[in-house]
Amino acid sequence: MFRLSIVSPARVLYDKEVKSLIAPGSEGYLGVLSDHAPLITSLAAGKITIKEGDDIERTAAVSGGFLEVSDNVATILADSVEFAEEIDVGRAKSAFERAKQRLGLQSPDLDLTRARAALKRAENRLKIAGGKT
Amino acid sequence: MATIRDLKNRIRAVGSTKQITKAMEMVSAAKLRRAQQRIESYRPYAEKMIEMLGHLATASGQVSHPFFEERPVKKTALVIFTSDRGLCGSYNSNLIRKAEEFSRSYTPENLELICIGRRSRDYFRRRPIPVAQSYVDFAGNMDLSKMKAATHFLTERFLSGDIDRIFLLYTAFLSTVSYRITLKQYLPIAMEFGATDEKHSAKEYIFEPDPASIFQALLPSYAQTLVQMCMAESLASEHGTRMIAMGAATRNAGEMIDNLTLVMNKARQSAITKELLEIVSGAEALKG
Repeated sequence: MFRLSIVSPARVLYDKEVKSLIAPGSEGYLGVLSDHAPLITSLAAGKITIKEGDDIERTAAVSGGFLEVSDNVATILADSVEFAEEIDVGRAKSAFERAKQRLGLQSPDLDLTRARAALKRAENRLKIAGGKT
Repeated sequence: MATIRDLKNRIRAVGSTKQITKAMEMVSAAKLRRAQQRIESYRPYAEKMIEMLGHLATASGQVSHPFFEERPVKKTALVIFTSDRGLCGSYNSNLIRKAEEFSRSYTPENLELICIGRRSRDYFRRRPIPVAQSYVDFAGNMDLSKMKAATHFLTERFLSGDIDRIFLLYTAFLSTVSYRITLKQYLPIAMEFGATDEKHSAKEYIFEPDPASIFQALLPSYAQTLVQMCMAESLASEHGTRMIAMGAATRNAGEMIDNLTLVMNKARQSAITKELLEIVSGAEALKG
């Protein structure tokens, strides 16, 4: 067991002892168990999977951030993060449609990187919320 | 002595002022609650971020990012966080006084101001020290896009070499009744790496992808977080101070009404007495 805290500017989402953690590192998904070597990595948008016990599993959508592990303490600094069951599917869906539409328009003042990032975020949230229900 | 009608008008006027101050007190209380919640949710994030940055710097043994670069200081910038509106006691004047004190050791050539909030902008607009940029009209709320713009402005100016050092002047929120005026160096980032325990420097950290790219990703968020934190703290202090000031104003208005009512009653009584005397003496005269 090790301590996991997930914080975002909006709130402290999680602060508990957990068994394992799977996080979307910028170089690919990575798993953390207790006594993991010290690690600092940036996170991409994706799914966080937390195992609290043998059969208690929680998933959360993260839009990017950082993860530090040291001394059996894992800290996730997330830009924004939500548990799967909290995601407002309707809102995520409309954000997804909006982002897609914006990319399709190809107007000259379109910020491509931002629009793509928005699309990816919305897609990620939809996927995680959908996987739960 | 003022006439009864004058007194009545006075009482009515003070009464409506009291209503306004009471309403403002309540609005501030509500805004303060929100601002406080924001700080409470924000502080852990900011603290963890500073912690992580410290670990990253000590463990990687390098701070290879322009945000850390110490240059000979030719130009300094001071960012002042004040409120847009007044009626909050000595909140803004304290901040402005502090800014004036700070600027005394500089000249208009080597110092510039970035004003956040109408109060500081309006004050410094007419003074010798140039205001490089100002952000106003927050309506007592956090405005993320303005905070982003401010961060962008500051970091750009620092990176381009226009400014060599940036300070933030804000109020740290302690409680509803107290805040502390705080001056903090923003850029270059002054971290006390010595203070970070050796535990972390001794440890072999794994970096993914590598320290430099993590710095690259972490520092802009850090710069942003710091500005937002200062804004959040200042907002909460502002609302707290305004709530207290308006509470005092409401109490004073109440006292004033009491006093005026007393005076008015006395005046009315003496008027009645006078009338009675006139009637009685008139009657006596008729009798006689």
